[in-house]
Amino acid sequence: MSKQINVALIGNPNTGKTSVFNALTGLNQKVGNYPGITVEKKEGICKLPRGVKAHIIDLPGTYSLNASSLDENVVIELLLNRNDKDFPDVAVVVSDVENLKRNLLLFTQIKDLEIPTILVINMADRMEYKGISLDIPYLEKELKTKIALVSTRKKQGIEELKQLITNYKEVSDEPCLNASEVDVDYFNRLRKAFPNQLLYKLWLVITQDVNFGKIDRNEIEALNDFKTKSKGDLKRLQQKETIKRYQFINNVLKVGQTIDTSQAKDLRTKLDRILTHKVWGYLIFFLILLVIFQAIYDWSSVPMDFIDGTFASLSEWAKEKLPDGAFTNLLAEGIIPGLGGIVIFIPQIAFLFLFISVLEESGYMSRVVFLMDRIMRRFGLSGKSVVPLISGTACAIPAVMATRNIESWKERLITILVTPFTTCSARLPVYLIIISLVIPEGRFFGLGYQALTLMLLYLIGFGAAVGSAYILNKVLKIRSKSFFVVEMPNYKLPLFKNVTLTVLEKTKSFVFGAGKIILAISIILWFLASYGPGDNFNKAEEIVTKEYASQNLSEDELQQHIASFKLEHSFIGITGRAIEPAIRPLGYDWKIGIAIVSSFAAREVFVGTLATIYSVGSDDEATIKNRMAAEVNPILGGPLFNFASGISLLLFYAFAMQCMSTLAIVKRETNSWKWPSLQLVFMSGLAYVVALIAFQFLK
Amino acid sequence: MQYTLAHLKRGEKATITDVSSIHIPLKLLEMGCLPGNTVELVQLAPFQDPMYLNINGSHLAIRKETANHILIEKVDE
Repeated sequence: MSKQINVALIGNPNTGKTSVFNALTGLNQKVGNYPGITVEKKEGICKLPRGVKAHIIDLPGTYSLNASSLDENVVIELLLNRNDKDFPDVAVVVSDVENLKRNLLLFTQIKDLEIPTILVINMADRMEYKGISLDIPYLEKELKTKIALVSTRKKQGIEELKQLITNYKEVSDEPCLNASEVDVDYFNRLRKAFPNQLLYKLWLVITQDVNFGKIDRNEIEALNDFKTKSKGDLKRLQQKETIKRYQFINNVLKVGQTIDTSQAKDLRTKLDRILTHKVWGYLIFFLILLVIFQAIYDWSSVPMDFIDGTFASLSEWAKEKLPDGAFTNLLAEGIIPGLGGIVIFIPQIAFLFLFISVLEESGYMSRVVFLMDRIMRRFGLSGKSVVPLISGTACAIPAVMATRNIESWKERLITILVTPFTTCSARLPVYLIIISLVIPEGRFFGLGYQALTLMLLYLIGFGAAVGSAYILNKVLKIRSKSFFVVEMPNYKLPLFKNVTLTVLEKTKSFVFGAGKIILAISIILWFLASYGPGDNFNKAEEIVTKEYASQNLSEDELQQHIASFKLEHSFIGITGRAIEPAIRPLGYDWKIGIAIVSSFAAREVFVGTLATIYSVGSDDEATIKNRMAAEVNPILGGPLFNFASGISLLLFYAFAMQCMSTLAIVKRETNSWKWPSLQLVFMSGLAYVVALIAFQFLK
Repeated sequence: MQYTLAHLKRGEKATITDVSSIHIPLKLLEMGCLPGNTVELVQLAPFQDPMYLNINGSHLAIRKETANHILIEKVDE
């Protein structure tokens, strides 16, 4: 068996690095995590000529080897560690023909690590349009590399790149400039102290204040003694190094690249004039938001209804066709609805990521970040928090995943912590049924009270998110560099392949990540609701039949009463009873208690649970509503769902952290149980207090 | 008077003269914000912050707090 060639794809963000990766690997790719951190690890296999295979890693985009985020650390950690099994035989640096100068900075740094390096000049189809011409042989000679001119959009140059990778042994591994000239004396001393080490590697280890997990500890500790220069001195040296590299690049490009600006046509100036405009910019952003909401609520309701129906009939089918028994019940009432509870979110998540990836690919998202940064910063958030907060109105799970591109850890953490306050679509069924029960139908200036209440609940959710961000910003003592540098990329038409792969990958990551937990919780809930201790549960049929013997009930009605009685005495029913004293001051009884407990798997379970408790056979909203309206408060008398308890319940659902899946994602993204626990305690505590005040004040 | 990038008005151009302040992230230099380079203010967000710049063909946005530390010399046109 021939050895696989290890290839590392490296490049600045917005150079189309991922397009090159997709073009090389197609569907032969997988996304995982680097051990211990939540940075995505994308790798794939590429078939090369003569039966050779290449193992390709798509490293996170970075502007240089001076890391300032977790994602960028990954790049240096791999490139500095020759013992890593993924250490590249050849590095492929992807650059954008329009930003060649800036992209070459990273290239010269990688060359200094003495790794054979191929230079991909991507988006070559834009050269003519921009009046750019390149002297490739000259550039190859000066930069000591092989160059592939690639256009992923026009599918050009990929075969040539594969050829170059196959013959990687012919690619030079020499540095193309001598960066140590910036302080000859210092670097000479370094060289003497560590004669066997690569000078540039030592320099990187000295200057990074980040943690290098995989690199030999002793090496770094030995270097710590060597820190004869102050932080400020080192920084000045880094600046000199950067300037030195740019001088070299400028000199090379002066000869190797000519730009005829008279030929350049500038679309971006015109688009930017509108899209970042003080008025039009916000208006257009608002319109785009409307379309996204429309898609998430309206368009995805068709596939969602279909999924809902399919899983319901699948459950029915399993109950009918399979032999009776605990396993069939588990399958029909636990596993299938549990799977349904995962699959039902797929349309919304897919739509959301479709829009987000189109907006990102096109370059528009950077403009939104630019427009919103100042406003969001007042609340300890970043312009980049806008995307998660919008996504949160569909579902907090993809929203939390969308925080990854926020560089400042503090701003990212705050965004993650407050996002679940935004009104997600799972709260909607709960809101709708309670509003229709307790809010009168009247109108106020032509607007229905009920619609106004719903709108108010959205505003409350958003207000809670922003308000708690403000508090967290003051309370959290996290030292994190709060710099904000956003590249404003050129506008591009999104590539279909990239968008599709992103949507597929994000959906998959949701189904297998959060899905496991949703499924587990549904099975546990099923168990708790299907079993109970003692005679009351096990002899429910006898007891209920005896009790209702005098009333002439139909078989169906009797079965419903039995089911209801069983639920009351099941483990979950007992739990409901147990927490009743705690929730009575909020205006709830034990039945609502059960619904709240089971809502923990997912909020929309609330309506279904009440349906079971009130022994209504169907999920039909009107029937449940009538039944709920007839409930009497056992202590205070009068209807259980009145204005006071209704408002209390609405506020409880607005604030409470009742979503196991979100907690699981937050755990994954923050890599600690500390933050999801804090979220749970803070949000649910707030919900309790607010609901308590509301009920006591209104009753 | 010593001008900083924060003094720049929309559409104005200047030459960067000094970026040695410790409040300027290295990343900004790496993106081309270096002495001698020309900078143009493309757009300002409301409240004059952040600033959308074109530095020698590199388009980027930075916050005003960072721009305050970048010294410039205005180009007379």
